[in-house]
Amino acid sequence: MLGNLTLILLCQLIGEIITKVTKLPVPGPVIGMVILFCGLFFSKKMPAELESVAGFLHRYLPLLFVPAGVGVITNLDLMLRSWAPLAGAIIIGTAITVAVTGLVMQLASRRLKPGQQELQP
Amino acid sequence: MSGDITQLWVYLSTSPLLWLTVTLLAYQLGVWVFQRFGFSPILNPVLTAVLVLVILLKLTGTEYQAYFKGAQFIHFLLGPATVALAIPLYREVATIRKTFVPILISLVIGSLAAMVSAVGIAWALGGERLLLLTLAPKSVTTPIAMGISEQIGGLPALTAVAVVLTGITGAVIGDLVLNWMRVHDETARGMAFGVASHGIGTAHAMQKSRVSGAFSALAMALNGLLTALLLPVLVSLLR
Repeated sequence: MLGNLTLILLCQLIGEIITKVTKLPVPGPVIGMVILFCGLFFSKKMPAELESVAGFLHRYLPLLFVPAGVGVITNLDLMLRSWAPLAGAIIIGTAITVAVTGLVMQLASRRLKPGQQELQP
Repeated sequence: MSGDITQLWVYLSTSPLLWLTVTLLAYQLGVWVFQRFGFSPILNPVLTAVLVLVILLKLTGTEYQAYFKGAQFIHFLLGPATVALAIPLYREVATIRKTFVPILISLVIGSLAAMVSAVGIAWALGGERLLLLTLAPKSVTTPIAMGISEQIGGLPALTAVAVVLTGITGAVIGDLVLNWMRVHDETARGMAFGVASHGIGTAHAMQKSRVSGAFSALAMALNGLLTALLLPVLVSLLR
């Protein structure tokens, strides 16, 4: 358990160092995710304990966004001032994005059924 | 007596324990309400917890920084949880390979839809230029969105707010929209949540299905990269 948690933190640390050094516009944890994914992909092994650490973190994933969410409190007046374009862009824009992405993905994957797809890597 | 209470409050409000515990309580209240009232999407636990905490902070006159001293222990886990998304992603690697081309197509079109709809709607509703630039990167995960916002001349702090609200909105209305559009493939639902509402959408997708969660995590990461590359170019074209 401890070893696998350390492995996850180590991937994040390397990711943070890479973003700082290369000034990539990508957060350290996202690079860390790529590193861990490559490790799993090339070793072709999935330690059971690693799955249980991930299972624990992801079971409560929504909770982890609460502190950042409470950050809305720091911009309440600006939000009240331009509430109409904000609410419109966020609510309607998100609905459009969900619909477009979902529809395109469903259509494209049904059109390009495996077997007919020669472009596959 | 009231002196004792004041002293107790001074002690508690400077200790991280208080707001850490209250955050956990608020989230569990959110989950309880969600389960008690028939899993209605509008009763999203994150939304409830944020509302309860904002009201509590306002009522007690607590600054966000003081709150964050306690809440940072929860916030910190976001990093490792993001790294650990590699695990569901690895589990679905065979499905991802099989749908590689559809993933890329829906990613590019979805990412453009996110940027164009945000800017277009805000413009139509009378938003000024500064607000449009602030809202453009709202569908990607907070650190990337804030970086882009700064680069293109928006307000990073307000971008962070828009990002969180977009995430919550996606989790609240996503299933309704997808059911209505008859999108039933788990892979497509995952892509939609990841592209439109980043980590909060992914957290929501993951509660429902492992496949959706993995595709959402992939879409979130890819959309972050694509938006960071595309948006500065699009903005310079519009200038």
